[in-house]
Amino acid sequence: MAYSTKQAYRTNSESRLGKETRTVKFKFDGRRYTGLEGDSLASALLANGVHLVGRSFKYHRPRGIMAAGVEEPNALITLVGRHSTAKSAIRSGRITPNLRATQIELYDGLEAYSQNRFPSLRHDLQAANGWFGRFLVAGFYYKTFKGFGFGLGRVGASFAWSRIYEPLIRRSAGLGKAPRASDPDHYAQFYRHCDVLVVGGGAAGLSAALRAGKAGASVILCDETPHLGGSLLDVENDSVHIDNKYAGQWVKSMVKEIAAIKSITVMTRTQCFGLFADGFAALSQQTGDHVPRNHGQSEGAAASADLPREVLWQVRAKATILATGALERPLVFPNNDRPGVMLASAAEAYLSRYGVAVGRQVVVFTASDSAYGSALTLVGGGVKVTHLIDLREAAAQPRALVDKLREAGVQIIPKASITMVHGKLRVKSIQYRRLDSLGQPQGAELEIPCDTVLMSGGWTPSLHLHSQARGTVRWEEASQNFLPAAPKPHLNFKLVSAGACSGRFGIANALDSGLAAAATALKMVGITDKGGATRPKVVERPISWQGHLGAVPHGHDPRRVKAFVDFQNDVTERDLLIATQEGMKSIEHVKRYTTTGMATDQGKTSNLNGMAIAAEALNRPIPAVGLTTFRMPYTPTSFGIFAGYARGNLFDPIRITPMHRIAVEQGAVFEDVGQWKRAFYFPRAGESMHDAVYRECLTVRQNVGLFDASTLGKIEILGPDSAEFLERFYINPWKKLATGRCRYGILLNEAGFIIDDGVVARIAEDRFHVTTTTGGAARVFAMMEDYLQTEWPELNCWLTSTSEQFAVIAVQGPNARNVLTGLVEGVDLNPTVLPHMGFVQGHICGGIPMRLFRVSFSGELGFEVNIPSAQGPLVMAALLAKVQALKGTVYGTEAMHILRAEKGYIIVGQDTDGTVTPDDAGMAGAIGKNKLDFVGKRSLSRPDMIAPNRKQLVGLLPKEPSLALEDGAQVVAMNNPPAGTPALGHVTSAYYSPILGRNIAMGLVMGGRAKMGETVYIPIGDKTVAAEIVNPVFYDPTGDRVNV
Amino acid sequence: MKFSFSSLVKQGLSDHRGWGEQWRDPAPQPSYDVIIIGAGGHGLGTAYYLAKKYKVGRIAVLEKGWLGGGNTGRNTTIIRSNYLWEASEGIYNHALNLWKDLSSELNYNVMYSPRGVLSLSHTIHDVQVSKRHVHANRLAGIDNEWLEPNQIAEFCPQINLSPKLRYPVLGGALQRRGGTARHDAVAWGYARAADALGVDIIQNCEVTGITRDNNGQVSGVETTRGAIKAGKIGVVAAGHTSVVMAMAGVRMPLESYPLQALVSEPIKPAFPCVVMSSTIHAYMSQSDKGELVIGAGTDQYVSYSQTGGLYIDSHTLEAICELFPIFRRMRMLRNWGGIVDVTADRSPIIGTTPVPGLFVNCGWGTGGFKATPGSADVFAATIANGEPHPIAAPFRLDRFRTGNLIDEGAAAAVAH
Repeated sequence: MAYSTKQAYRTNSESRLGKETRTVKFKFDGRRYTGLEGDSLASALLANGVHLVGRSFKYHRPRGIMAAGVEEPNALITLVGRHSTAKSAIRSGRITPNLRATQIELYDGLEAYSQNRFPSLRHDLQAANGWFGRFLVAGFYYKTFKGFGFGLGRVGASFAWSRIYEPLIRRSAGLGKAPRASDPDHYAQFYRHCDVLVVGGGAAGLSAALRAGKAGASVILCDETPHLGGSLLDVENDSVHIDNKYAGQWVKSMVKEIAAIKSITVMTRTQCFGLFADGFAALSQQTGDHVPRNHGQSEGAAASADLPREVLWQVRAKATILATGALERPLVFPNNDRPGVMLASAAEAYLSRYGVAVGRQVVVFTASDSAYGSALTLVGGGVKVTHLIDLREAAAQPRALVDKLREAGVQIIPKASITMVHGKLRVKSIQYRRLDSLGQPQGAELEIPCDTVLMSGGWTPSLHLHSQARGTVRWEEASQNFLPAAPKPHLNFKLVSAGACSGRFGIANALDSGLAAAATALKMVGITDKGGATRPKVVERPISWQGHLGAVPHGHDPRRVKAFVDFQNDVTERDLLIATQEGMKSIEHVKRYTTTGMATDQGKTSNLNGMAIAAEALNRPIPAVGLTTFRMPYTPTSFGIFAGYARGNLFDPIRITPMHRIAVEQGAVFEDVGQWKRAFYFPRAGESMHDAVYRECLTVRQNVGLFDASTLGKIEILGPDSAEFLERFYINPWKKLATGRCRYGILLNEAGFIIDDGVVARIAEDRFHVTTTTGGAARVFAMMEDYLQTEWPELNCWLTSTSEQFAVIAVQGPNARNVLTGLVEGVDLNPTVLPHMGFVQGHICGGIPMRLFRVSFSGELGFEVNIPSAQGPLVMAALLAKVQALKGTVYGTEAMHILRAEKGYIIVGQDTDGTVTPDDAGMAGAIGKNKLDFVGKRSLSRPDMIAPNRKQLVGLLPKEPSLALEDGAQVVAMNNPPAGTPALGHVTSAYYSPILGRNIAMGLVMGGRAKMGETVYIPIGDKTVAAEIVNPVFYDPTGDRVNV
Repeated sequence: MKFSFSSLVKQGLSDHRGWGEQWRDPAPQPSYDVIIIGAGGHGLGTAYYLAKKYKVGRIAVLEKGWLGGGNTGRNTTIIRSNYLWEASEGIYNHALNLWKDLSSELNYNVMYSPRGVLSLSHTIHDVQVSKRHVHANRLAGIDNEWLEPNQIAEFCPQINLSPKLRYPVLGGALQRRGGTARHDAVAWGYARAADALGVDIIQNCEVTGITRDNNGQVSGVETTRGAIKAGKIGVVAAGHTSVVMAMAGVRMPLESYPLQALVSEPIKPAFPCVVMSSTIHAYMSQSDKGELVIGAGTDQYVSYSQTGGLYIDSHTLEAICELFPIFRRMRMLRNWGGIVDVTADRSPIIGTTPVPGLFVNCGWGTGGFKATPGSADVFAATIANGEPHPIAAPFRLDRFRTGNLIDEGAAAAVAH
């Protein structure tokens, strides 16, 4: 198929695109077209006479391009990219649904598809929804699909909804299709600070940015479009002169002047989509989508693939100037959604920016002066405008413009209203009627043939960002607008609005308010504006900026015609009337019941009209009905930029211990424990996990093993009150702990439950080395700081996290002392000098400073060697060599867990779950008896904390030693319990014990310690395992093995 | 008017002129038998069951703003009952049983959709915790099943099951009866049904004080629309419960945090169920309208601002993009926040208070929507009878004094 090169609607008049633009080829719905470089997809389609670009959400009505910018509700398309089929694009993951054709920049080879239609845009079967339109009103779904249960009563109804109706509704809802493959593009994130952030590069934004920049402020000026200039790019040359220049020329000179100031950063294609408290702004910059990418290329092959697709800028500005402009409002009249019905300003933009005529025979329908200017621009560009219909009386019309239009042959019809639009896939004609003195249609309906209707209901200031940042708004009766109000004095609200978004319409007003806003912002920032600035001379047409709100008088029963308010969500005047009739009186209810303002344009063109219709129906003034809340984002924003670099291994930092490489060399399999990678077990050739763990456990029991314990949290406490601090923090007594001794500490929360544990060594009278669980390291440290700073500020001690400073190697097993002997220096390992729970400082491996704990989490003779992290690998290698010479082993977390379970040592978080007191865990003896207080002490005396039937930690021995229990399995009193049987407790840790040659488990069981020897039952899957309640210390209950 | 196929056809043919107000907009009467403070799903439901099951004559629901405008209208609509402790299983499963027939009960389509709720495990500790839930639920007769990764691939193929994930999916617990419902419809359905039973729902009526007689018994409320008398008052004010209860001199063990959620632009059906991952903080489903509905976390600091920090959304979308890389190009359409009232044990408070005649239902934290019908039903019984309904009894306020906590956060305790 050949590319259509006609572009029959391209005008010869000079567009802002320039004269020398290149022709590019693109495809839409498989058809080939040409456009010009610099076109938007919308302007290129219009150049080819294509208005029909989509189907509406509910009724699947044919829809055309309505706007030229961000507010477009209809022209949502799926962008595929370059040279590919839709199918291959879906597979590539680079397809993007729901983009606005008005914002897509054209490039050679671009391909796009319309959405929400089957089988084709022109013939959409679901347009049948329209035939049932009289039923598909607001609230339809709430009222029905409840009772159609095939006579099966309530069950049938529930089934029918979720299995039949809901899937059908889901299929017809939605817009585009999501990709089915991973997104190959990447996204970047940056942070910036500036003095002044200026949002919007129109007349107000340009003058504000330049003034602030000239005064020496660092300025970021962002605009959502590719070009600065805003509406100045759209107007015809005669409409406004600034500084004796045409608007376009003035913009060029401003852009040049701004570019010359180094402190101003200009960011185009950049949407400020979120504005938060304290001058924090979120900006989304498009960097990739306007650059063609080939699907055939592998990721990273092309230079363009190295570019991020979009960038998130998180900006802290000392002051923010909003120059976000205003959006033209549609008028609400029957069939105002037909392809060819557009906003007047959009038609002007297509002509001036892109050199595209939107039609051959245009009728303008307005309630606002600005549309006269739009009509003049079109006439000047050679577009035939036959009629201008104004809702207002002749006296309200802009005299000078009326005369000019009449001269150009435009018939001006005052005090009349369009009552119907004809044509389905494209406007064919309109009907209008005159209005009587009460504003009601009178007389005959007259028909005007046309292919385009331009509408203007006036202008709505864009308050979104102002409101997002918690700015309040006020209703201005004179202009019928909500405007930014003065901020509440208590807020640190360094925000000021300028130009049309603050109600200052027109170019002179925009420039004035832009300069004033810059002055205000500079004051907020604290910069003296020495130069000052005066506004350049502006010659513009004196026009009124008022408009019309709500439906126009069209003489039809609003319930019988479709006069659209929210185009994308198919909300009509009728829906709003029904909602208010049904008692929806809050604007939030009206919004949710009708879904007006809830489409992807978030009501940019519909909110005010919807509110006005609701207000009239409720017989209340508009401000009493109120606005719905503006929420981030201003325009839809890719998930990708929020995620940024956090993907793959960068999703969350990976923490590895200093000895990680040695573990890898030893063949470790790792497990994720929080952010840590911990060695799980070390399989040798041919070993299964069970084999390896079995060997590791037995080797530790019978010989010796090395374990990397570096992930444990470590906190150094220093100062004269260190012992007192620990005394209050942990349940144990610390004051009498001798220097050179360790103690096992237990930490509770205020509710009295165990939340952490660890060994604490007293290094000196005023210095302790505290260890925490791996997962608790940060939390315990934060909790200590919290208590020290807020509860006990009088205590004189300091906390330092030393988790990253020490590498820790546990040497466990009967041969542990032999491993260390010869390597340690200045340390006497003799048990009489360094007994169990002893601590000593010395050196190892030739002068490496060492803190040596004689502690055991295996039940065997054990030491924990703490050395500076950097020396960890060296010491580990030396220890490993000795262990290997003795035929010992390295072991991982699984063996560690089994060894400790054989001894009945708890793991906080596994054998406790935040509901376990020291007594429940059998560790009440650890509580310092004479302590006045410690964290959680008061809670331990609450009635339910000392109740007799609390769950207590016990051992569970399956009657059949070969049967395994399962972590988390429930413990009950009877065999084969029926559903609903209350649980006595649950299994907390279940393992096969190599040294005992049988399965063992620990569990929390109600009144367990009084039930020794009793049988309980543990249902696992379809079976129930019988187990005996026993003491949880399964191995070496007298503890002789640690004391050798 | 009853909503039905025939009434819809009839109204459709007569341009919908016959629909009446779904609820009245009454002025407050001088006195009521029971006043419910807070017209969210729980409060409106309470009024409905009080009128329907307990035949309480004169009931008013007072609402500061618009009904259903608090957390009922702001949550991500997840419904499930696979909680750990028997008390929790009791109330959430009671709710789940009511969800099943709620559309018929209220003559309002609340769009309960049992699409299955899948909770993912990413670490060995996760697996242990999750399996503990499965064991506990199965013993209680509540459906919850463990899926291995290959079964997950079948149930929800959109999940990235690559072992190369930073936190690979090791399995998940699936409750097939879990799913979603349409949140606004729940509030509106209860409001319409309660109104039809004579309940006065009074919006734009902020309670400013709670009055008590000489015996300390509540006697009524002061509001922005005047004083209203009542012998019994039920406070169901979610994030602002502490504020209201303070008016009666009761200090509540609650902290209020902003909690955020967001939706994508609507797309054709692309996601079949509800997936939750508490380890990497991702919660997602797809609404009937086609939007991906995503729950984010709470801010780290207490606040009454219905706007949370951007970094919280970013954190959630990091997890969503990692778990569902096919949705990385999807776009956030709207983000919002609500205020959740959180207790120390992450379980609600339902029942009597130290003040005679004053009842409270709060502390639902981040997950109250799923409980709406069950919570409303047992709270209504509690108010009507003056003593806790058996299902509500474990959730009594004084458990924080006695220590009989129901710690649903506990089992997710830290790993070694």
